[in-house]
Amino acid sequence: MSLNIIVLAKQVPDTRNVGKDAMKEDGTVNRAALPAIFNPEDLNALEQALKLKEMYPGSKVTLLTMGPARAAEIIREGLYRGADNGVVLSDRAFAGSDTLATSYALSAAVKKIGDYDIILGGRQAIDGDTAQVGPQVAEKLGLPQVTYAEDILSAENGKVKVVRRIESGVETVTCPMPVVVTVNGSAADCRPRNARAVQKYKYAALPSEVAADEKKKAFIEARPYLNIGEWNAETVEADLAQCGLSGSPTKVKQIENVVFTAKEAREVEPTDEALEDLVKELIANHTIG
Amino acid sequence: MANFYIDNPSLKLHLSHPMMKKIVELKERNFADADKYDYAPQDFDDAMDSYDRVLEIVGEICGDVIAPNAEDVDHQGPHVENGRVVYADGTARNLEACRKAGLMGMSMPRRLGGLNFPITPYIMAADIVSRADAGFENLWGLQDCAETIYEFASEEQKQKYIPRVCAGETMSMDLTEPDAGSDLQSVMLKATQKEDGSWVLNGVKRFITNGDSDIHLVLARSEEGTKDGRGLSMFIYDKRNGGVNVRRIENKMGIKGSPTCELVYKDAPAELVGSTRLGLIKYVMALMNGARLGIAAQSVGISEAAYREALAYAKDRKQFGQAIINFPAVAEILSVMKAKLDASRALLYACSRFVDMYKVYDDIAKERPLTLDEKKEAKYYSRLADAFTPLAKGMTSEFCNQNTYDCIQIHGGSGFMKDYACERLYRDARITSIYEGTTQLQVVAAIRHVTTGTYLNKIKEMEEQQVLPEDEAVKNTLVFMTQQYANAVQSVEGVKSSEYRDFMARRLVEMAGHIIMGYLLLEDTQRDASFRRSLNVYVKYGQAEVAKHADFIGNFGPDALSFYIPVEE
Repeated sequence: MSLNIIVLAKQVPDTRNVGKDAMKEDGTVNRAALPAIFNPEDLNALEQALKLKEMYPGSKVTLLTMGPARAAEIIREGLYRGADNGVVLSDRAFAGSDTLATSYALSAAVKKIGDYDIILGGRQAIDGDTAQVGPQVAEKLGLPQVTYAEDILSAENGKVKVVRRIESGVETVTCPMPVVVTVNGSAADCRPRNARAVQKYKYAALPSEVAADEKKKAFIEARPYLNIGEWNAETVEADLAQCGLSGSPTKVKQIENVVFTAKEAREVEPTDEALEDLVKELIANHTIG
Repeated sequence: MANFYIDNPSLKLHLSHPMMKKIVELKERNFADADKYDYAPQDFDDAMDSYDRVLEIVGEICGDVIAPNAEDVDHQGPHVENGRVVYADGTARNLEACRKAGLMGMSMPRRLGGLNFPITPYIMAADIVSRADAGFENLWGLQDCAETIYEFASEEQKQKYIPRVCAGETMSMDLTEPDAGSDLQSVMLKATQKEDGSWVLNGVKRFITNGDSDIHLVLARSEEGTKDGRGLSMFIYDKRNGGVNVRRIENKMGIKGSPTCELVYKDAPAELVGSTRLGLIKYVMALMNGARLGIAAQSVGISEAAYREALAYAKDRKQFGQAIINFPAVAEILSVMKAKLDASRALLYACSRFVDMYKVYDDIAKERPLTLDEKKEAKYYSRLADAFTPLAKGMTSEFCNQNTYDCIQIHGGSGFMKDYACERLYRDARITSIYEGTTQLQVVAAIRHVTTGTYLNKIKEMEEQQVLPEDEAVKNTLVFMTQQYANAVQSVEGVKSSEYRDFMARRLVEMAGHIIMGYLLLEDTQRDASFRRSLNVYVKYGQAEVAKHADFIGNFGPDALSFYIPVEE
């Protein structure tokens, strides 16, 4: 049985190698100072999709990302690794989206792609660290969700079997399809780019990227597989009130620069009283609760 | 997050050598595949861009997967289970990454599933892989056995085996036997033709790298009663058919991740390649030339790793209140290491370009008759490839050994411990000047190009190049060294004794090598000033070496040979 798989991916600033100029004065991320990369856990998700494609020949992997036109770069990255095609959802109307508006827009695009069996995404993106978009997409589409996935063992007879990472180990769950699965960073690394695919797809582009170049445009027109989908709010029939800033209840009040200051470890006796004291202390200093 | 291609700008410089335009246009038959395959290049720039991108993948896999696995692979190594080789875990992961990245069968034509890359970018990949793990290069690099199938096997065999190699199956070349090492003419493995015309193999092979591969090229004696090379033929053994078991694997000093096997053939079905009796004299010679270029790449890769390890340690290690790199004695070692590395790489790619040119003409000649000019050019490059291959293998492998020795020296006592990569590099390097023909055998192959003047003619050609004013002095030194070399050749030839010539051969070949590498660095410096340091350091070094050999030969006198030969016990 072949599957239709959609992988949600995000182009993010590489926050793993931050320099002094990574933050602006107002506390927001200085995107210009950081290289834009494929969100690491979305790559883990892509690997699960590509593995399923190998397990179930004839399956199709579509990458979906929301962002400016330069986000086409991660679609190309995905094509180099084995994805079949991709769509960039790009519109000024989406600017300023919080996770709710983002998942609304993505779910509208997923509906437009249609006929999906599995929607995969990374657990969270390294720029926002919210881990909300995947679950919200599932809610908006009325689908079940499996989070913190480490390995998708099978996807047949209408069910996926997924190993998920939990605090104390792993558990294996089954869930009916269609399903949204968010993949944890502890899952298998994404496979490398493929030499043949890199040569095949290196000229893949959005219509807007080649609009000014007649030669490139003609080249892509003759080779439809090089055409990356470029959709806007209208294409996916999105309700503008739910998009962008107007669709985003999250308002940033203030951003603080917090420097973690790890203190020395403290040992706690393994008794009920000692543990209770510790919990009380943590609640009191707002570490938990 | 390391990329062994991007972090090494000298690779791009060699890849963009002016000769590549012609090589690529011939290899791509003027881009005839452009509309036939969705991954074929449209033009020269497109092809070069593809090589660059694919090498970037190689660099990434090497930096992120193969190099980090190297230490564990060295410790764990492969083992044998029920006659089959089980690779170290890291090796299996490396192979999987290379397969997924589609890096097998790189030079094979597209119609057989390959990438149709010229030899030069393929060899560059081998250079990069070897820096990450020289032992793994052996497994990955054996894909160039497919070249031999492509050149000499039937169309049916090509269709049957080459796509499998491109899809990631591994190969081996089963040549050596207990009593046939350097002397392959004494190979005894028996090939018997059955009544239905098919062949079976019986006997034992030893020291077979990756001997449990999927597809083997086997040298065997098909002509009963013969004793020399003319009774040997080449066969393909397909592991799927069974009949060959691994009796044991060697416990080696270095390249420990690469299984070196003793194989037992018991009525193993095999297919004849080409004609009988041409196994050694034609096919193995071609196979060996390809393999020698591969070892040169492996040597350069190890040299690169050694230089980087040494440099990093010398910058980091403080003694007497400062980093040891500041001491002239240490700085000299590092500068000479770098010069030998750059010189080795220049020779490697000069050689790979010559191989590219003659191979591509050979291939075109199967499709249509070559024009007179093409024939002339093919012959010119075939001769240069023949002359440069043993020179490159010999010189780069010796430099690789010297560089790993110096790398340990820079590390001092710490280098003698198992804590640093340098001791592995030192062990891995040692085989490079031995297998695929020892340095002494490379000299045997190279000396005729000393006596017939191939090297001198090429040197004279290179002398014609225009150089920047600041490089005139170095060029004059090279002209002077050339004169010393020509005089030494004349003096040795004048004695008219083959024994005396053989005795002096290595000195003469090395003299030619130093001069050629000097000129190649001079040429590189004209394109990129960053080579000027290595050019000057190398020519200073080479000048002293050439003078030393000239002096030895000049002061020797033929009578002194009796002190060396025969050896007194």
